[in-house]
Amino acid sequence: MKICITSQGSDLNSEVDSRFGRCAYFIIVDPETMDFEAIENSSIRATGGAGIQSAQFVANKEVNVVITGNCGPNAFHTLKSTNIDVITGAKGTVKEILEKYKDGSLKSDSGPSVSPKFGF
Amino acid sequence: MIISVASGKGGTGKTTVATNLALSIDNVQFIDCDVEEPNAHIFLKPKIEKILPVNIPIPKVDEGKCNYCGKCAEICAFNAIAVLKEKVLVFPELCHGCGGCSLLCPENAITETGNKIGIVEIGKADNILFADGKLDIGEPMSPPIIREVKKYINTDKTVIIDVPPGTSCPVIEAVKGSDFCILVTEPTPFGLYDLKLAVELMEKMEIPFGIVINQSDIGDKKVEQYCLDSNIPILMKIPFDKDIAFEYSKGIPIVVKKIEKKQNFKNLYQQIKELVK
Repeated sequence: MKICITSQGSDLNSEVDSRFGRCAYFIIVDPETMDFEAIENSSIRATGGAGIQSAQFVANKEVNVVITGNCGPNAFHTLKSTNIDVITGAKGTVKEILEKYKDGSLKSDSGPSVSPKFGF
Repeated sequence: MIISVASGKGGTGKTTVATNLALSIDNVQFIDCDVEEPNAHIFLKPKIEKILPVNIPIPKVDEGKCNYCGKCAEICAFNAIAVLKEKVLVFPELCHGCGGCSLLCPENAITETGNKIGIVEIGKADNILFADGKLDIGEPMSPPIIREVKKYINTDKTVIIDVPPGTSCPVIEAVKGSDFCILVTEPTPFGLYDLKLAVELMEKMEIPFGIVINQSDIGDKKVEQYCLDSNIPILMKIPFDKDIAFEYSKGIPIVVKKIEKKQNFKNLYQQIKELVK
C-alpha cells in the first residue's frame, strides 16, 4: 500500500500542498511502517499539462491513493485510469492527514474538484 | 509585396488601416489573420466561394504495438500524452500538432488523425482577393489556422495581412514572411508601451516597418517623440474624426464614404514601396 500526499515540504511535518499538479513535493508513504520518500515535483513550472505530468509520475510510482487539496480534470482522469483513488480537500500536516486516512475519515472523490488551470 | 498591419496594443485601428489601404490601391489580396476575431469581412464584404476545414494532427496510439517506453510523453513539450502502466492517454486540447511523438516512437505505434480547430474562407470582394481564418470557439491555438490561411497568399498581388494584436505566437505567425509591417498605434501611454514591444519584435524578425498614428491629434506627443528619437518613420497620421468612427460602426470604410481619402492611403503605399526598395 502506497499513499501519495502533496506537500509543501520534504518531511511528514510539512503542510499539505493544496495543488496537485504544481505541488512542491510528492510524499509517498507506506501507512503501515510510515516509511516515506519525498520527491521534488519537476512539473511545477510546466506551462501547461502540469497535472497530467504529475499524475503520470505518481502513477508510475505505483501509488494506490493520492491525497491533495485540489485536483483538476486532466490529472483526475489520468489518475483514475490507473485506478488510483483521489482524495481532495486535505488540510494540515502530512502526518495529520495520514492519521485521518488511517481512521477512515477521508473519502475518495468521484470527480475533479476544480477546473483546468486552477493551480496555475 | 506582402504588407502586414500589426499593432501591439489592440483596438488602435489595424483593420481600419488595412481595409482602407486595400480599397485604395490596385491589384490587392487581403488576408485576415486575426483568426480569433476576424472582422475585415464586415468592411470588405467579400463573397465567400470556398470554406475549408482546418485540422491539426492529433496522435492516435495503437496499443497493440506500444511497449509503453514513454518516449512520446517525454518529447511532448505540452504534456499532451501520458504514458501509464499499460495505458496511453492523449489530451487533444493540449496537443500543438507538432508530430514529434509519432516521429520518435520506436515501435511506430503512433499515427495521426485530424482534429478540426477552425476554418479558412476564400472569396472575392470586387477586385480584391479575400481570405480569412476562423478559429472554432473554445479552441486555444490560432497559429495553425494562420499558417493555413497564409497558404493562399498570391504573390502576384499586393498582399495585405491583418494581424492579430499583441506580440506573441499568433502575431509572429501572421507577420512572418512580410516585406513590410505597418505598426498602427495611438498617442497614449498604453499605445506607446505596446508599440515599443512591437518594434522590438520587428527588429528581432528583421522586418522593415513604419508607424501609423491613429487619432493623432488627441493624447500626448510621446509616440511621435519616441519615433523621432529611434529613427522610426511615421508614415501617416490619422486625426481624430467622428465620421470615421460613425462609418466604421456601420461597417463602412472611410474611403468608401469619402473617396478623396484614398489619396492618403495611396501615399502610405508609395512610402512603403520606397522603404522596401
